[in-house]
Amino acid sequence: MLLIPCPHCGNRPELEFRYAGEAHIARPADPSTTSDQEWAEYLYFRSNPKGLHIERWRHVSGCARFFNCVRDTVSDKILKTYPAGQPKPDLAELVKEAGQ
Amino acid sequence: MRFSFLNLAKQALSAHRHWPEQWRFPEPKAAYDAIIIGAGGHGLGTAYYLAKEHGLRNIAVLEKGWLGGGNTGRNTTIIRSNYLWEESQGLYEHSVKLWENLSSELNYNVMYSPRGVMMLAHTVHDIQVFKRHVHANRLQGIDNEWLTPEEAKEFCPILNISPNMRYPILGAALQRRGGTARHDAVAWGYARAASAMGVDIIQNCEVKGIRRDPSGAVTGVETTKGFIGTKKIGVVAAGHTSVVMGMADVRMPLESYPLQALVSEPIKPIMPCVVMSNTIHAYMSQSDKGELVIGAGTDAYTSYSQTGGLHITTHTLDAICELFPNVRRLRMLRNWGGIVDVTPDRSPILSKTPVKGLYVNCGWGTGGFKATPGSANVFAHTIAKDEPHPINAAFTIDRFKTGRLIDEAAAAAVAH
Ligand SMILES: Cc1cc2nc3c(=O)[nH]c(=O)nc-3n(C[C@H](O)[C@H](O)[C@H](O)COP(=O)(O)OP(=O)(O)OC[C@H]3O[C@@H](n4cnc5c(N)ncnc54)[C@H](O)[C@@H]3O)c2cc1C
Ligand SMILES: [Zn+2]
Repeated sequence: MLLIPCPHCGNRPELEFRYAGEAHIARPADPSTTSDQEWAEYLYFRSNPKGLHIERWRHVSGCARFFNCVRDTVSDKILKTYPAGQPKPDLAELVKEAGQ
Repeated sequence: MRFSFLNLAKQALSAHRHWPEQWRFPEPKAAYDAIIIGAGGHGLGTAYYLAKEHGLRNIAVLEKGWLGGGNTGRNTTIIRSNYLWEESQGLYEHSVKLWENLSSELNYNVMYSPRGVMMLAHTVHDIQVFKRHVHANRLQGIDNEWLTPEEAKEFCPILNISPNMRYPILGAALQRRGGTARHDAVAWGYARAASAMGVDIIQNCEVKGIRRDPSGAVTGVETTKGFIGTKKIGVVAAGHTSVVMGMADVRMPLESYPLQALVSEPIKPIMPCVVMSNTIHAYMSQSDKGELVIGAGTDAYTSYSQTGGLHITTHTLDAICELFPNVRRLRMLRNWGGIVDVTPDRSPILSKTPVKGLYVNCGWGTGGFKATPGSANVFAHTIAKDEPHPINAAFTIDRFKTGRLIDEAAAAAVAH
């Protein structure tokens, strides 16, 4: 089970959270000019990396807020969590900090 | 050497010490007519049918680990074809038909056992969904029938149908032709038969890159054993499909999740069939060795770690103990995880790609073992003819753009 540091509540067990998929995927701003391909990209295509993944979690049994999380999908180690709305962190920088 | 009574008797005279190796261990040639990436059941089967039905013998299957070491060797082997949509029924039923003859076709006992797969309904919604499946299947001539709780218990006597359960059993859908097979034997049988026809199966050979010419067409693969040239590449890499397709800059509608299973200590036969429950996330059958084979749902998050959280299997065991109270005191021997590649509509992709010479067979998620022979058979056709077989024509990558999804979430919502 993951130990997930909610940016609002601190470390909590995975059971308190719900996973909500890849983060930083913005809904197309102008639906009427969005092509089928762009809709497909938005709805269905995912980066699914073997390595660092930026993903959303929701602390359903705690503060109930969504936040973002950088996790290594090979070790499942969490490198950083941050409130929704903040920009994407620099992944290279994070890796350096974690000393990997 | 064929497995036959005569050869068995001959080998017995020398205490079975002179059986030849079942497949060759070749070094890669400089180039092949086609390369399959991934030596799971689907990849090995693809190579087999390419050689057998399409006359392509100068081909290789590249495997980063050992053959059959991916999801093929980690799955709980449930076979059935009771899916909702005609497209899926065509594909899975094609597979069940091939299972029926596979042991004699491969001269290898894959231990296909059509012992019946029973899917339990615990809610009104389950009843409606399963009855809809029963009708949809029967319209296509695929067997599937509705059972009352008492009939379900008659079919599987250890089942608890007490109305006092937390989620009482309200009925069940039974596919009698469904069942199980020996997972490893499927990989080994295809490997042995393909190798005998000249297919090079190269293990410990990880594909690291896909090389393309200025027109974009593939020209070969970079591997841990060097560059190997080819004009046709079939990617059959299950959980690693996004990674391999990324080598040709193709993004996929896939997410890779851990999926776990576990087995109990072996006991005398107590269970004649397969029982599954989507609603309370558990399914079980008994292997010929006597172990109870139990499967869980996927973990919540994407991962390549090939392990999963213990709370997932605990949750499954809660459900198993409720369904089968007499297994409560059994000990679990082993548990493990595989990485399954899940599509948004829970149907696979067997398709050409935007890259010339690159084909992909993936998205089998939690339930592709049952499809191994059928999938391999039509994928070989797709690679050999550069166009899909009618059976897999609908399973394109493009369907996520056109919106013609094949939604099997109800048939495949739990791992199987
Ligand atoms: C716990 C569990 C239970 C399951 N239960 C069932 C079930 O009851 N019924 C059912 O129908 N299905 C079930 N499944 C799903 C089923 O196992 C899979 O859908 C099926 O086995 C996929 O077969 P495959 O040949 O495509 O993949 P795999 O057997 O995973 O083969 C893919 C191969 O590709 C190799 N590979 C990956 N990347 C590279 C690379 N870069 N270079 C070289 N090789 C590479 C891998 O090492 C692997 O051997 C289950 C899966 C799991 C994990
Ligand atoms: Zn919180």
